[in-house]
Amino acid sequence: MNAPQDPGSVGAVIAQKAHFDEPLKLRSGATLPGFELAYETYGEINAARSNAVLVCHALNASHHVAGYYRGQESELGWWDNMVGPGKPLDTNRFFVVGVNNLGGCHGSTGPMSVNPATGKPWGGDFPVVTVEDWVEAQVRLADHLGIERFAAVMGGSLGAMQAVQWTLSYPERIRHSLVIASTPKLSAQNIAFNEVARQAITTDPDFHGGHYYDKGVVPVRGLRIARMIGHITYLSDEAMMGKFGRQLRRAALGFDFEIDFEVESYLRHQGDKFSTYFDANTYLRITKALDYFDPAADYGGDLTKALERARAAFLVVSFKSDWRFAPTRSREMVRALLDNRRIVSYLELDAPGGHDAFLLEDPRYFAALRAYFENIDL
Amino acid sequence: MTEAEHALFAARPDLAAIARWVAPGASVLDLGCGDGALLKYLWEARKAAGYGVEIDDAEVIACIRNDVSVLQLDLESGLATFRDHSFDCVILSETLQTIHRIEQLMREMLRVGRQAIVSFPNFGHWSARLQVMLGRMPVSKTLPHDWYNTPNVHLCTVTDFEDLCRKLGVKIRERAVLHEGRPVSLLPNLLGSLAVYRCEGR
Repeated sequence: MNAPQDPGSVGAVIAQKAHFDEPLKLRSGATLPGFELAYETYGEINAARSNAVLVCHALNASHHVAGYYRGQESELGWWDNMVGPGKPLDTNRFFVVGVNNLGGCHGSTGPMSVNPATGKPWGGDFPVVTVEDWVEAQVRLADHLGIERFAAVMGGSLGAMQAVQWTLSYPERIRHSLVIASTPKLSAQNIAFNEVARQAITTDPDFHGGHYYDKGVVPVRGLRIARMIGHITYLSDEAMMGKFGRQLRRAALGFDFEIDFEVESYLRHQGDKFSTYFDANTYLRITKALDYFDPAADYGGDLTKALERARAAFLVVSFKSDWRFAPTRSREMVRALLDNRRIVSYLELDAPGGHDAFLLEDPRYFAALRAYFENIDL
Repeated sequence: MTEAEHALFAARPDLAAIARWVAPGASVLDLGCGDGALLKYLWEARKAAGYGVEIDDAEVIACIRNDVSVLQLDLESGLATFRDHSFDCVILSETLQTIHRIEQLMREMLRVGRQAIVSFPNFGHWSARLQVMLGRMPVSKTLPHDWYNTPNVHLCTVTDFEDLCRKLGVKIRERAVLHEGRPVSLLPNLLGSLAVYRCEGR
């Protein structure tokens, strides 16, 4: 597909930056003296300023949700199939905002930014940020853009946790929350996978406690392994088998430790690619944000009580082949919302893509989201 | 009543009977809710709000299109998502006959709802009896499927259903047996093609 001619594409986009001088107190107790957020917008805000939709990203994505940058026409935004003119989240109708989260490595203030106290990159000193902190930063962006209330906040996986947190931190500022392929908290197994990824990074000799920028090195090995582990959890067994099977990369088994199977080659490729564009310090922090998310924790583990404050209508979507955040986790959310008599619809789709299914085009998934957005009054 | 509601009740006369039994403002759970037409009607006509449960992808999407809250869950695995007595009314309209574990679902309905409303095609209707007597599985307006492609697995008669209610200790509070949309009072198990019950637990 040639993106520039695609009538469903938002076309060429330009990333913007918003600067916030007022210090931001973080959940950890630390304070950021000020910060910048990189963001993009698509579509036009209406006169009533009632058509804004915030799209929150998950682990490795960014504010570049849709369209392309001039000169990089093949690098489409990470949810370009979802967002655009005539797409499920229709930019002819909605004003869509994508934002790179605090602590990120795509333009927002993060470990690679300069710490004003030292004049050097924050590196390992950048504080651990949480989903709550992200929402606090996002609300400043909303103020900056003159958005009093979002028509919807949506996300998949970690992005969906932000869509949930919005309904708790700012119940009056969000009308609809779209919670896709997510969970109200990570399981021990989920945390375990994150910990292996973190260990891979922090034990890389090039990590230097997170202060590797001025040493001119990158903990590439650690990042590669972290990404490979992550990738396995994003795909279902079935999807992996379908994609690679036991197909060999070379003519016959090598009886050595080079690549035998296609799947090995794929994982190495993903790992290599990732380590060229993603920052290890950011990766560590994002996995912590995942681990720490647990809105019920302050309510003795009672999710129903935790969601009492929410006023938004919810659309919860899960995918049967997603074993990372399985449908049972989404059903916990649904149950707690039902207890509170919130408006909620729940889709449990029999899609094969695993956790990554939320990024893939599926006619039922897209039809449901399209229908949902069409019913949002502006 | 709007034109759409007229059309709905003409196509599904049991829904008119069900709607009459739902009190204004009641909380409703509609199991096997299809495209959500009944819930939409109950909200618009009676301000009775609730949720639909549906397994079919296309129907779930139709519910969302109809702005009806729908939960894509399998009724066969029970109603674990719902708490005890969390709804005034749990509806199972023309779905009973497609359920494998009917006893479990009946118990679950009355655990979750203060009352249950159930409708089903009456297999005891004379036309069904006649077709079976002539050596064929019945096909009719209320039983439109051929035997080889029917979603129905547990067809029953008015008498059968009442026996089951007795066995489960379910109290039948009201009954409407219909044919061609009209109530049948004489020999309902023979002359009625569609039965609707309002039940309560012990």
